[in-house]
Amino acid sequence: MSNRKIRVLVAKPGLDGHDRGAKVIARALRDAGMEVIYTGLRQTPEMIAAAALQEDVDAVGVSILSGAHNTLCPRIVQLLREKGMKDCLVLLGGIVPQEDLPKLKEQGVAEIFLPGTSTEDIVKFLRENVKPRD
Amino acid sequence: MPETKEHSSAAGEELERWQKETLEPSLTKRTERKKSFQTVSLKEVDRLYTPADTEDIEFSTDISFPGEFPYTRGIHPTGYRGKLWTMRQFAGFSTPEETNARFKYLLQQGQTGLSVAYDLPTLMGYDADSPLSEGEVGKCGVAVSSLADMEVLFDGIPLEEVTVSQTINAPASVLLAMYLVVAEKQGTNWEKISGTLQNDILKEYIAQKEWIYPIKPAMKLVVDTFEFCTERVPRYNPVSVSGYHIREAGATAAQELAFTLRDGIEYVSWGVDAHLDLDRFVPRMSFFFNAHNDFFEEIAKYRAARRIWSREMQKRFGSTNPRTLQLRFHTQTAGVSLTVQQPLNNIVRVAIQALAGVLGGTQSLHTDAYDEALALPTDRAALIALRTQQIIAEETGVANTVDPLGGSYYLESLTQKMENEALEYFRKIDSMGGMVAAIEKGFPQREIQDSAYQYQKAVERGDQIIVGVNRYAMTDEPAEVPILVIDESVRSHQVERLEHTRSTRDNGAVQNGLEKLKQAAKHNENTMPATIEAVRAYATLGEICAALRDVYGIYEEPAF
Repeated sequence: MSNRKIRVLVAKPGLDGHDRGAKVIARALRDAGMEVIYTGLRQTPEMIAAAALQEDVDAVGVSILSGAHNTLCPRIVQLLREKGMKDCLVLLGGIVPQEDLPKLKEQGVAEIFLPGTSTEDIVKFLRENVKPRD
Repeated sequence: MPETKEHSSAAGEELERWQKETLEPSLTKRTERKKSFQTVSLKEVDRLYTPADTEDIEFSTDISFPGEFPYTRGIHPTGYRGKLWTMRQFAGFSTPEETNARFKYLLQQGQTGLSVAYDLPTLMGYDADSPLSEGEVGKCGVAVSSLADMEVLFDGIPLEEVTVSQTINAPASVLLAMYLVVAEKQGTNWEKISGTLQNDILKEYIAQKEWIYPIKPAMKLVVDTFEFCTERVPRYNPVSVSGYHIREAGATAAQELAFTLRDGIEYVSWGVDAHLDLDRFVPRMSFFFNAHNDFFEEIAKYRAARRIWSREMQKRFGSTNPRTLQLRFHTQTAGVSLTVQQPLNNIVRVAIQALAGVLGGTQSLHTDAYDEALALPTDRAALIALRTQQIIAEETGVANTVDPLGGSYYLESLTQKMENEALEYFRKIDSMGGMVAAIEKGFPQREIQDSAYQYQKAVERGDQIIVGVNRYAMTDEPAEVPILVIDESVRSHQVERLEHTRSTRDNGAVQNGLEKLKQAAKHNENTMPATIEAVRAYATLGEICAALRDVYGIYEEPAF
């Protein structure tokens, strides 16, 4: 086990500007000792994948409240895999109908956090699931 | 030992006597449930409010009568005895055809005004066929890319009779132009149209973040609509200065109040600087507040809002015109307070929040549907939300008398605290050079982010309780609710109409209109006439916004 801090990219894809959740999560992860990079608003999946690679992150936390998750998330996962980031976790937070959850997981989203989730649960999930590096 | 307040007056002495003789023996027998009691804005609430708390509040100058300065008790002398608030449910989803049908349904059910929700591409000034619109068309509201869509949206709805509110900001002048041209095609004189354009760009930079252009040219577009409407559409409200989104982004009640009213002052200043007649344009400005969970804090906020606005209009701008001094507002219940867990509980939350709005004297009200933490509302959920308002209006008796809670020691004390806190923020913002300067420094943005984080921590500590989430949670949800699903076929439907519009319009007229618009923007002229000309020629929203982006550039948010 190395002492490398967990690095997370918090990303806000799509046209929506509701960034309260993304910013609260970013701050909570920082307070938990992780290194957090926030992309800012309106990032395309291509921009998010490029930032993830450049920042060499362990996980990408995507915040979507607009209903565009089925379009955006699979593409982010696919682009990360194409760039060789096989272990990079993709987490989704936001307003996601129950019936979309199985398909999103099948498409490679590691976990989906719905409204009401405690930030501590997200911290715990990352600590337990990020693959340790050499 | 509990804290005791220091009072020198007779009321204070009486209070001290009660504390010693009655309270203290009681507390030694049984302690209170918590060490400290806080509002949802994390503000301390005292055990008891008495005349000692309202000693420096004067009835004649601070509370007064409804319809009289400083309007704490409302702007109408008869409150809701003359006219109930307007029941105006925010609606919009999918295609203009589907939203048109929902509008007609709501009107049939007794709704008294319309309020349009646009989808994200429309809010950002992109057409349905823009690559950036993929996955977003018709999802969070109705998709409108050109006049052709607007004609369908209001088909069979007489704009002379129904007041329509439009939630649109960065491209507001374009949607206003489309609305005016539709009204014209219905044969309605613009002078007869009333309704509201949200058009509050300042709160976009602060909280909602659906911006296009840099702040200063965006403010110029807002002033253009003020000027145009004052002359040509005199019964129309060209701005709804909005605290709603500021609150949803995490602000406390006092921050919502302070930033919204300071935004309002900023618009007035810009209008005055553009040589508009204060007492002609300010009376057409309206406001929009949130109704959150903390019942008394919210009512105090609305009462403080009216008092502050009238005092500031008098003090800063020297107005004595009652219509300039009177703050009129719309209220929407707090979307952020709704839970995905046990969603039917949201019906109760909404009813209580709506009641606060009514007791605060709102002019119009939107009640959220119980399923809005899950998706856009279904017909059934939207109907219950409307019925909630009708029950408050017709059954509870709260509309029978004006400002029924006025004079409550707690409420009056809270109203004054709210006012003081807002004025403290005004001093800070004024010292930064005004709201535009404060936004450029990231001041309101940081204050709100900080409050949002503090609230989240309070929930996670269990200091703030959310029923069904951090207390009374259930592993098996008792009620599954059906939700509205918008599929991707909406986009192809919209793109088809867009292609048809582009192939049948006079492209020369479109280019001509767009060129005129650019010239108006470049030469600092009013952009409304050229916008209307372009819209009439069926230039699309995306084309018009692209033309303005060419002149003004785009806003890039600094990292705060």
